[in-house]
Amino acid sequence: MSEPVLKLDRTDKYFGGVHAVQEMSFTLEKGELAGLIGPNGAGKTTIFNLITGVYDVDGGKILFEGEDITPYKTYEVIRKGIARTFQNLRLFPRSTVLENVMTACQQHHKYGFFEAATHLGRWGSFERETRKQSMELLERVGLSHLAEQAAGTLPYGYQRRLEIARALSLQPRLLLLDEPAAGMNPDEVNDLNGLIKGIHRDFELTVLVIEHHMDLVMEICSHVICMNFGAKIAEGDPEHVQNHPEILKAYLGEEVLEA
Amino acid sequence: MSGYVEGIIILLCVNGIAALGVCLLTGFTGIFSLGHAGYMAIGAYTTAIMTLRYGIHWLPAVLAGGLIAMTVSYLIGVPTLKLMGDYYAIASIGLGEAIRLVLENGGNFTRGARGYPGIENFTTLPIAGGFFLVMAVLMFFLVRSNFGRAFKACRDDYIAASLLGFNTARYRVFSLAISGFYCGVAGALMAGFLTFIQPVMFDSGKSTELVAVVVFGGLGSLSGSLLGTMVLTLVTELFRPISQYRMLIYGIILVIIMVARPEGIMGQHELSPRYIKSLFSRKHRTAKATEGGSGL
Repeated sequence: MSEPVLKLDRTDKYFGGVHAVQEMSFTLEKGELAGLIGPNGAGKTTIFNLITGVYDVDGGKILFEGEDITPYKTYEVIRKGIARTFQNLRLFPRSTVLENVMTACQQHHKYGFFEAATHLGRWGSFERETRKQSMELLERVGLSHLAEQAAGTLPYGYQRRLEIARALSLQPRLLLLDEPAAGMNPDEVNDLNGLIKGIHRDFELTVLVIEHHMDLVMEICSHVICMNFGAKIAEGDPEHVQNHPEILKAYLGEEVLEA
Repeated sequence: MSGYVEGIIILLCVNGIAALGVCLLTGFTGIFSLGHAGYMAIGAYTTAIMTLRYGIHWLPAVLAGGLIAMTVSYLIGVPTLKLMGDYYAIASIGLGEAIRLVLENGGNFTRGARGYPGIENFTTLPIAGGFFLVMAVLMFFLVRSNFGRAFKACRDDYIAASLLGFNTARYRVFSLAISGFYCGVAGALMAGFLTFIQPVMFDSGKSTELVAVVVFGGLGSLSGSLLGTMVLTLVTELFRPISQYRMLIYGIILVIIMVARPEGIMGQHELSPRYIKSLFSRKHRTAKATEGGSGL
């Protein structure tokens, strides 16, 4: 069997006296579409921040395709082949939709400073290539008709799609989606389901998605990790997790079960 | 053309080069600096010392002025720009003053507070205009490239930028070094224009003016910074006859523009045929909308 794409090995994180992530361990195999669920404040987004190097890991290790990425800075982690989106969008609101994607896409079309300042050499062909690839991705998420609009003026659901397109243009092998369906209505969630499944298949990605919409998780994820108070409380396929007593306790409260 | 008008145009070109440098740093990379007059001073003194003391031709001296200013800004930037937020702005105040004080107390080498007289008057109109054109074109090209997008990403959201694989600290230092180079060259040309320089010309007032011009013109617009330079340089020159009220008018104009257009003259648009067209079509649309409204 090949190396797992992502492996957390007893990862710890403290915020002052709060043990925000406690000895978290899980493994994602290549091509998995996994869900990370848990109540608010459980530490899901912290896990993403630890993987991408936004926070320093206090204990344990994180391996990406067998390589220890724990000490890497954020941009080094990203260049290894991980991309993520944010719970509260982090687009460049004043730039156009196309520019947002091109900013990410240019990582794969680098040219030198003197070519940039003189517009000679590879500038022309690389800019064209970046633009073309960015447009193709916008087409994929259904935003190509809005390419010249400022990103901040898009409706919320479109901004989420744009963030996914921007993350995809980094050509990652592991994609981390942080609550992609937050604030969407059921129709939009349905569309998003299709989109996530589609890109997972077409781009041969491993995807880890944080989600509150249980129906979305149950429908698209084959592997669900559930955490509460910084610790993993259950892991397995959706049916197994759905009926796990710890999860019912975490979501509904102890009293309900006792009653 | 009279010598006076020629002088103003040269001054515009020189100030324009400095404004382009500060615009890249403040307008495109989002770093405020209150010490860029220091880099101009480095450029000016390098040129003065190289041409007068060592008898070197002015052209390599000007380029050396730019390069030394760039090196200094790079060395300052590496430790300070790793930190986020306004740390560099605070550090830059100290830096600008430190450079000025070093020049003032440099003994015989910089000739201290009395200043450095007798510099060759090499900054003629074609020289200043030529430098300005070349450096402006390079800057306009640079912001319309992968580097421009990277700088803007660091400005708008540095966390998102680093999550797109940009080493944001490196880009910030890089932006500072380029702006240091532009200000160094501007200072060197200034020395060749005035033929006399003294440390007090590069005090914090000059630094503030450089930032004011960029904010005034619109953060993120090169042509806006140039327009800002033009307006503020011309205001100082036009009202020279009533010189005791000059700074008053200068201040009032700054206040009026910032109240009426907080985003600066140009916002973050560039002065292009397309922008002018969109300006007119927008006016046209509003006019139409009002007509439609009155018909109801």
